[in-house]
Amino acid sequence: MASLKVPASVPPPHEDAEQLHKAFEDAVLAANILFFIRSSGWGTNEGLIISILAHRNAAQRNLIRQVYTEAHGQDLLKDLDKELSSDFERAVLLWTLDPSERDAYLANEATKRLTSSNWVLMEIACTRSSHDLFKVRQAYHARYKKSLEEDVAYHTTGDFRKLLVPLVSAFRYEGEEVNTMLAKSEAKILHEKISDKAYSDEEIIRILTTRSKAQLNATLNHYNNAFGNSINKNLKEDADNDFLKLLRATIKCLTYPEKYFEKLLRLSIKKLGTDEWALTRVVTTRAEVDMERIKEEYHRRNSVTLDRDIAGDTSGDYERMLLALIGHGDA
Amino acid sequence: MSVHFERWNDHCVRLLKHEFVRFKNALVLWAMHPWERDARLVKEALKKGPQSYGVIVEIACTRSSEELLGARKAYHSLFDQSIEEDVATHIHGSERKLLVALVSAYRYEGPKVKEDAAKSEAKILANAIKNGLKKNPIEDEEVIRILSTRSKAHLKIVYKHYKEVSGNIIHEDLDVSDLILKETVECLCSPHAYFSKVLDEAMGSDSHKNTKKGLTRVIVTRADVDMKEIKEEYMNLFGVSLSKKIEEKANGNYRDFLVTLITRDN
Repeated sequence: MASLKVPASVPPPHEDAEQLHKAFEDAVLAANILFFIRSSGWGTNEGLIISILAHRNAAQRNLIRQVYTEAHGQDLLKDLDKELSSDFERAVLLWTLDPSERDAYLANEATKRLTSSNWVLMEIACTRSSHDLFKVRQAYHARYKKSLEEDVAYHTTGDFRKLLVPLVSAFRYEGEEVNTMLAKSEAKILHEKISDKAYSDEEIIRILTTRSKAQLNATLNHYNNAFGNSINKNLKEDADNDFLKLLRATIKCLTYPEKYFEKLLRLSIKKLGTDEWALTRVVTTRAEVDMERIKEEYHRRNSVTLDRDIAGDTSGDYERMLLALIGHGDA
Repeated sequence: MSVHFERWNDHCVRLLKHEFVRFKNALVLWAMHPWERDARLVKEALKKGPQSYGVIVEIACTRSSEELLGARKAYHSLFDQSIEEDVATHIHGSERKLLVALVSAYRYEGPKVKEDAAKSEAKILANAIKNGLKKNPIEDEEVIRILSTRSKAHLKIVYKHYKEVSGNIIHEDLDVSDLILKETVECLCSPHAYFSKVLDEAMGSDSHKNTKKGLTRVIVTRADVDMKEIKEEYMNLFGVSLSKKIEEKANGNYRDFLVTLITRDN
């Protein structure tokens, strides 16, 4: 469930002509305000930026950007970085981008950075729906004039490439049908390979990168039933390395994404992780998707609310933006 | 009084049956949406086994990115599985990695190319093919990366540089032992020549029945796409017009249907 709170007075963009007209008027008003703020300097009215953008959903934000471009000849997001503090600016930028564009932006950034950014690629590939992942690939073509898989393949090697390229290229079946016999036999294959310490074996890769999420869930449940431990527990038994960590995270993302995101947030807030931008990324990418579930998981695991911890860990406009996005009261 | 009748020739009966089955198959394939066509062709190829894997290469490499995406969507609807999951499950040989990568591709389709990368990738391919005896190029990570992720425009530049580096056109350096790799390269770099060859082989008198199916498949799937270019290339390569060859080799309604399809643009 999403945590985005859109004020009741803002109509959703829908079939009704009058509602469409109102939505358009709202976008025009928002674009004008933003233009005014920009002319005085982005840094002069962060509160207003937050109250406009943080309470608009993706369709509304797209409309605002469109109206802004038509009225003023340039993209709302251009030059944003020159004037806002880096964390706040990044949050506004990521939030305002259309979700598929955002993921394409994050993926492209990840291919240029160091190894910890393999996580970002895996996260995008595994937690988006098949349909949304394909929209990311389309947005990637449009924005970067190359394919996502070509960039990921070029910038990775060995086991990481073996895992990540098929992950970003997958177009998984999204139905709930499960083949129980297959789940049993593939659980067996996984267990065999893991016992042999063949962690990047083709069969493991095949199962994790091509099976539907429903089928994978069934397979991993059988694994647990048949072998007494969860697969991730078995994967922790060997000396740890980056590939194994990524493999376990992949499995988590495919089966329990809210747990994956909770951990990422927890480590980021406690400054234990190496992923400095995790907090901004998770909040902006999940606010419209499953933030409520993530908040529940966070509270369950940490006994304090995510809002409390974010408020304790961040400050200023950055804090206000994050809190607005995770649905904390009224920002 | 005895009644005589002239029994019909067994051979003729067989021919008639084959002609009708081919006609039926061609019509059914033609009636389907291109995405459904491609999805069903891949499924059939997987069931038939290694000698049909060339069809998977054909579909993955000659369709546009949007057409291949469409086939993948149709596959979900028709078979409750993803195309890559089925390909990965059914194929166990050395060609698996390449084929899974090819059906998963969503290539950039613009003109922008990277000249420097193309040059170095041509060298990578040349080396991999040269060292083919030590390590099978079809399983080489870099060969798979280049052939399954690069745009077709970029690959054209890679082939150009390959010719400069090795002296030959890339698929001439590959032989029948690397058939899947050879077909991949041909489909990506010269699809019309590839289709012409498939058509010609299909019409050979001693061809295997699977090869013969190439006639229906290529004509039906390309009639609305690039049949004009295929006809030109066929003439270039074999010195006869495709229509004439089909009229010579096929019979009855099947023949008429195929000829109608290929002359639609006249």
